[in-house]
Amino acid sequence: MTQDANITADLFVTCIVDQLYPEVGVSVVKVLRRLDVAVGFPQEQTCCGQPVYNTGFNKEARKLAKRVLEQFRDSEYVVVPSGSCAATLRVFYLELFSDDPELLSEAKALAAKTFEFSEFLVKVLKVEDAAACGATHQGTAAYHPSCHQLRELGVKSEPKKLLFSVPGLEEKELEGAEVCCGFGGAFSVKFPHISEGMVADKIANVQASGAETLVSCDMSCLMNIGGALNRQGSDVKVRHLAQILDPDSQ
Amino acid sequence: MPEIKTEQFFAASAAAMKNPKLRRALDRVGSGFDVARISAIDEVTPEVWEQWRQQGRDIKVHTIEHLDYYLDLLYTNVTAAGGQLHFANDASQANEIVAHIARTRNVKVATKSKSMVSEELELNPVLEAIGVEVWETDLGEYIIQLAKETPSHLVAPALHKSKEDVAELFTEKLGIPYDEDIFHMAATARTVLRDKFMEADLGISGANFVVAETGTLVIITNEGNGRLCTSAPRIHIGITGMEKVIPSMQDLAVFLRLLPRSATGQRITSYVSMITGPRRSDDEDGPEEFHLVLVDNGRSRMLADPALREALNCIRCGACLNICPVYQRIGGHAYGWVYPGPIGAVVSPMLIGLKQAKELPQASSLCGACREVCPVKIDIPRMLLDLRHKSAESPDKSQRSAKAAERTVARLYAMLMSSPRLLRLAVRCGRFLQKAERFIPFFSPLSKDGKWIKNAPLPPLSKWTRSRDLPTLPKQTFHEVWQKELSRDDS
Repeated sequence: MTQDANITADLFVTCIVDQLYPEVGVSVVKVLRRLDVAVGFPQEQTCCGQPVYNTGFNKEARKLAKRVLEQFRDSEYVVVPSGSCAATLRVFYLELFSDDPELLSEAKALAAKTFEFSEFLVKVLKVEDAAACGATHQGTAAYHPSCHQLRELGVKSEPKKLLFSVPGLEEKELEGAEVCCGFGGAFSVKFPHISEGMVADKIANVQASGAETLVSCDMSCLMNIGGALNRQGSDVKVRHLAQILDPDSQ
Repeated sequence: MPEIKTEQFFAASAAAMKNPKLRRALDRVGSGFDVARISAIDEVTPEVWEQWRQQGRDIKVHTIEHLDYYLDLLYTNVTAAGGQLHFANDASQANEIVAHIARTRNVKVATKSKSMVSEELELNPVLEAIGVEVWETDLGEYIIQLAKETPSHLVAPALHKSKEDVAELFTEKLGIPYDEDIFHMAATARTVLRDKFMEADLGISGANFVVAETGTLVIITNEGNGRLCTSAPRIHIGITGMEKVIPSMQDLAVFLRLLPRSATGQRITSYVSMITGPRRSDDEDGPEEFHLVLVDNGRSRMLADPALREALNCIRCGACLNICPVYQRIGGHAYGWVYPGPIGAVVSPMLIGLKQAKELPQASSLCGACREVCPVKIDIPRMLLDLRHKSAESPDKSQRSAKAAERTVARLYAMLMSSPRLLRLAVRCGRFLQKAERFIPFFSPLSKDGKWIKNAPLPPLSKWTRSRDLPTLPKQTFHEVWQKELSRDDS
């Protein structure tokens, strides 16, 4: 296990995992506990506000952001199973509160202790080998990095290190992995024709990779890619990294 | 200014998505330009490239912060070299300056090398109206001039056209037999234009940079037409945006590394022309007059806005277009005005107004690929967000992209997400609707196993389910699972 026993981390589960993919949240908790992290879950949490922030409704976004600042004020670490939502807490809140010194300093404090799930494992818990989680996986997998995880957080190697160290798992190369899947929040329904074109290319690459499972650290991308794969009748599965690392979830 | 069609973005982009010919043409931006850009960077190593980018950015930020000083210095040095510097507040002033020069010098024929600013000003019709024959001499610009179209890319204006399109165009407009061999077509254009270079009284060029310390106009091209335009006629007019000024020749060296590699993946372009003033007394040839027209046309609005100022750093390399998954699918014309792609979605609202261009900043997934490739590190996604914010909270309704329904949805969403109790209630309502669905005749939005929404009845979800399935709400939220199974399991 890790050298840093007795670490306490609060889970910001994200609204999409809460409402649509609770099993991802369960895997996150189980993986963290296996690594000796004491996991907390502030009950009042809902959404980070990114959907309203991204559409320009900053007033509404501030309202939701203030709730997050409050709920995680006393956390030692905040772990987020989404690169995009982690970027909201860590990057976008600083911009949202740039003209309010008091809230800005709170946002900075939150940013300093907020980590995306894979990043938390590698950077804080110093886990680089998935064997530490007891994970095994029979089959092939490809990895899709989310844009926000990659380009707002700069988390690039961590998830791949973890994923491709899972015993039994065979890596498949995904062509155009770093190209956006076309989700983009409201963009996907405001300009469905463009978004559809983007996800069509993504699933073509996923299918061409020959992977049985597509893994990512963002369920929003996977909702988009998985939804398009399902419509095509594809049997490629989509999974959050935590589900692959969690031996109880297969 | 050219006809502004930014308000038709949605329809134009939808039409572009359905155009297979356009898609084939656009494939070239990724597989051609962007692949070349990456290998040019690999050659110098990404670490060195990063240093150059930072140098480029620092120079631009410094210059834009002290723009008044450098414009003043430029004026002094253009004048000292025997040239004339004109400052135009807007498009009509700029066009009038050029038209006045053409009229008073009895100009009959003008040749032009590539200039996006002259496209922005829509200069050609103004000159034609006073009887000046205007010839675009950049091959791409020549093609679209013949086709009476506008550029669809900052660097490759006729990118949307296939070689077959061009062969047909040449047959129709020049009356020559159909020949789709690219070298033959280039030779045809060359023959036509060669005569015009000899006839022209006036040469018009853009400028990639203007150097303040020497008063030098710099153009970097691959076709040699720029050199003919700026040296053969008796008058040369350079037209560019006021943000193109850089302090010194030393600074130019940085941009000569950044621009060609970012634009076409070249180490350097075939031609780099540096023009300082008109012909000197001991020069054997060259123009008798040199004019530099610097255009504001909305740029001071950008300068005044701290959140959008860095868009003035743009050196128009087109790298953000080439990498953009949206541009790659819809091309440049869908954006509805001169400047397309990610940088266009920032520049257009600032130059023509948010009212007309409010849809452009919305049309991005904010993936950030543009920022990653920008040679001067312009944070385009942040500016798109800023414009979305300006649009959403504008007191002027005509600037708002969001219709009343979307604003209501945003408010309701914030209300719902501010109250865990309300959210729980909403989730229960959702689950109830999912169950009730099968009792409603002729209404089956869900898959047989109830796991997917296949055909949502209302927008925005119906927009999603046009081509994608959406998972239905599971039996429990994570909150519920936590309370039942996880909260006391902290071993």
